[in-house]
Amino acid sequence: MHTAVVEPAAPGTQPEYHYPPYAASVARSPRMPLVILPETLTEKTGPVFDRTFIRKNDNDLTVQHAGEPLGERIFVHGRVLDEDGRPARNALVEIWQANAAGRYRHKVDNHPAPLDPNFSGAGRTLTDDDGCYWFKTILPGAYPWGNHYNAWRPKHIHFSLFGAGILSRLVTQMYFPGDPLQALDPIFNSIPDAAARQRLVSRLDMDRAEANYALAFAFDVVLRGHNDTPFETESK
Amino acid sequence: MKENPQFIPSGSQTVGPFFTIGLDYMANRVPNVAAAAPGTVEISGRVLDSTGNPVRDALLEFWTSQSAAHQDGFPGGFYRIRTGDDGRYCVSLQKPESGPYPGGGRQAPHLLVLVFCRGLLRNLVTRVYFGHEPTNDADPILLSVDSERRPTLIAQRISGRSDAFEWNIVLQGADETVFFAW
Repeated sequence: MHTAVVEPAAPGTQPEYHYPPYAASVARSPRMPLVILPETLTEKTGPVFDRTFIRKNDNDLTVQHAGEPLGERIFVHGRVLDEDGRPARNALVEIWQANAAGRYRHKVDNHPAPLDPNFSGAGRTLTDDDGCYWFKTILPGAYPWGNHYNAWRPKHIHFSLFGAGILSRLVTQMYFPGDPLQALDPIFNSIPDAAARQRLVSRLDMDRAEANYALAFAFDVVLRGHNDTPFETESK
Repeated sequence: MKENPQFIPSGSQTVGPFFTIGLDYMANRVPNVAAAAPGTVEISGRVLDSTGNPVRDALLEFWTSQSAAHQDGFPGGFYRIRTGDDGRYCVSLQKPESGPYPGGGRQAPHLLVLVFCRGLLRNLVTRVYFGHEPTNDADPILLSVDSERRPTLIAQRISGRSDAFEWNIVLQGADETVFFAW
């Protein structure tokens, strides 16, 4: 059984629950002090996903319908690591996103931008033995939201990840390099540490782009916890 | 100090209002009735905000280490549920047994619960225990919580049913659920 031990996050690298610039946090964030949770077997373990859980093309968001979705075709890839830099193997990575016009296929999205009949915007995959994952999708559009007057979300892809233990669980968002909306976005800026914010911005990766076909963006994720898998050949 | 400062955990961001697009395929799965084993219980309740309003777009994930068997390809012991328009959720799950506590003692039957919703920049972590469970009185983690707030972690048996429990999650306010730092 795989287990992971989690320690407190480095200061400034995680958002506070109560962050008034993000209006929805005000009524939904706890105010009482959090209670320290000792790690028992419940905390150190987590769900294990079988390779059969993923079907062919679950990681290709461009082939889920009769035609290709509109927008800039991209690859998104990266590694999922633990706090020792070791690969998180067989980690479930789930993504969802808006289409190229900035519209989600969701009943509560009333942004008057077109839906794309060829794009659902959902994908999932399991990492390989090196902790690597890969998706093919399209570049999502920016879109307005109701947080404040003329608020716009920067382009992003939602990520949900599972590590070895349930406390390694992470839901985050991947952003794109050079997007001027990031500086204006309260969700992005809820992470106090500037370097920690930048780690949520993917990197243009021309080595993995495919000429005359698609650009590539690299996005590595570090999950909380120290996995119990034995050290491999490297020093220590 | 961290040995490897370059491997600082990635920052959390809210699950937002549109998570069903990517996460619903594993949510609200109804167990096969024929396969329902003895010990299956139902936990239902509402997720509420500071004003008592229902949180209609919450995602809950329940975890117990005690059920390792896969079910229809889905991992055992893991239950993902979302709330509906009234903020209500309902989950059927295998009630865990009591288990060991590190360093001695026993833990009462419980599950770990993760709470995600629009407005939560990080998920919350809590536990749910079961009412009318004698081992609750000696559970080291329940005992570490102020006695006044301890009931927020205990699902109450629905009158007339031994296999159905009610448990609300209150994100903020006088009846705020105990959430854990981790």
